[in-house]
Amino acid sequence: MTASPAHLDLSQVGISFTRGGRTSEVLRDVNLKISKGEFVSIIGHSGCGKSTVLNIVAGLLKASTGAVLLDGKEVSSPGPERAVVFQNHSLLPWLTVRENVALAVDKVLAGKKSRAERAAWIEHNLALVNMMHAADKRPHEISGGMKQRVGIARALAMEPTVLLMDEPFGALDALTRAHLQDQLMEIQVRLRNTVIMITHDVDEAVLLSDRIVMMTNGPAATIGEILPVPLARPRKRLELVEDPTYTHCRAEVLEFLYARHAHPAVAA
Amino acid sequence: MAASPAATLGTARSEAAAKPARAPLVTMARIRGVLARIVPPVVVLALFLLFWELACNRPGAGLPAPSRVLTDAWDVIANPFFDNGGTDKGLFWHILASLKRVAVGFAIATVVGILLGTLVGQSEWAMRGLDPIFQVLRTIPPLAWLPLSLAAFRDGQPSAIFVIFITSVWPIIINTAVGIRNIPQDYRNVAAVVRLNPIEFFWKIMLPSAAPYIFTGLRIGVGLSWLAIVAAEMLIGGVGIGFFIWDAWNSSHISEIIVALVYVGAIGFLLDRVVAGLGRLVTRGTSAA
Repeated sequence: MTASPAHLDLSQVGISFTRGGRTSEVLRDVNLKISKGEFVSIIGHSGCGKSTVLNIVAGLLKASTGAVLLDGKEVSSPGPERAVVFQNHSLLPWLTVRENVALAVDKVLAGKKSRAERAAWIEHNLALVNMMHAADKRPHEISGGMKQRVGIARALAMEPTVLLMDEPFGALDALTRAHLQDQLMEIQVRLRNTVIMITHDVDEAVLLSDRIVMMTNGPAATIGEILPVPLARPRKRLELVEDPTYTHCRAEVLEFLYARHAHPAVAA
Repeated sequence: MAASPAATLGTARSEAAAKPARAPLVTMARIRGVLARIVPPVVVLALFLLFWELACNRPGAGLPAPSRVLTDAWDVIANPFFDNGGTDKGLFWHILASLKRVAVGFAIATVVGILLGTLVGQSEWAMRGLDPIFQVLRTIPPLAWLPLSLAAFRDGQPSAIFVIFITSVWPIIINTAVGIRNIPQDYRNVAAVVRLNPIEFFWKIMLPSAAPYIFTGLRIGVGLSWLAIVAAEMLIGGVGIGFFIWDAWNSSHISEIIVALVYVGAIGFLLDRVVAGLGRLVTRGTSAA
């Protein structure tokens, strides 16, 4: 990539939904440039449209205005190079853990890898998220945290250029969430993926991100502020609790979310 | 341990002692459970037969009592496999002929029903266009189609199969459509990200996801086909359980009709169980999402 500094470029992205003759503008003028290997969180109150941003990048929703460019090419439909880790894991319940990953791998990497290579790649990714022991179980037989790990393995196995995570740990209990965040950081150290993660958890955002994108409230939500998190990696949860940079970043995000852009329902 | 003369005895005793350590196959609780399920239907059936016997065991009764059914129709009960050519065959052959018709008609209905149901479930336009037609057509009684299909096919066999098809296709279409419409958006998103093509999407996402609904439709459909075949065969003749009943009526063999009805009921019950069991086998894991 020579002249293009931004790996992923959202410019003037806006979206409106029309329902029953009434048009509501959900996003307006979202501008964001993400470089390769960067971990960016998008945080905001529920209903602000942060998941909508992710779905536009994923290609699952079409922006009404503006465009998303990935390595200079406009994003128009969903694709494996922008693999998504869905909020509610979205594993197919009739397939085993391994088959769920295989569905993606066998389709996405069909031309690139031989059958044997694909099988090994599936095992490799299951091992990456420590799910080898339950590879032959079906989703309803494993815990919520395990399902989300499989969801991550499935997304990583597609060898995405950008990994999109939609509140990946939102539905999990605090202990499981912390455990998965640590695992994700470990994986991230090895793979250096470009990641966009949607979250509503301030600690999660500060712990994992290089930059935190804070969204204003809707309607016509947009990016309110972008906060860099200048913490060295690898980051250790316990050491960070006392870290002044960590505390400062955390305070900044809290201030944005609860003082300047309090949730409309709470503020009213 | 014991000395050599007692050794064999000793091992024998230890084997006997080891046995109760494993959970015994037949426990009192299990026997009681089985009895609790078997006793009520047996008692009710016995009472029913007794009542029937008492009600009909007098000269001039309209229907034969169970004991007379047994004696009158013993030939039919004892020799289900005889074949004297033509339509003079044992009950087995009649039922087999009926089952063959149902199998062909129901198989066509399954394929057509799932395809049309998928179309209606997937496309808003197709649903708006086809649903009103389906809603009207599905209320037409099976036998009302028979003259029309006889006119079209000019032969009993395809007409009977057509009646089976047209009877059982509606619940399959409607349930498949509901199943397709209920495919969670999540699964569609997964398919979109992985870029499954429409054919892969149909086989890998749609069919398994809608399978519980489809099997509900199949189960209703197979029940309706069995209802329809008996009636249709009464009219088209040839070999078949419906024809057998009609033939018995024409020869005033009321006892044979009763035997045939018992068979029809039992086969209908079995068909329902088979489809339900198949459904459980295929959709295992799917419903528990």
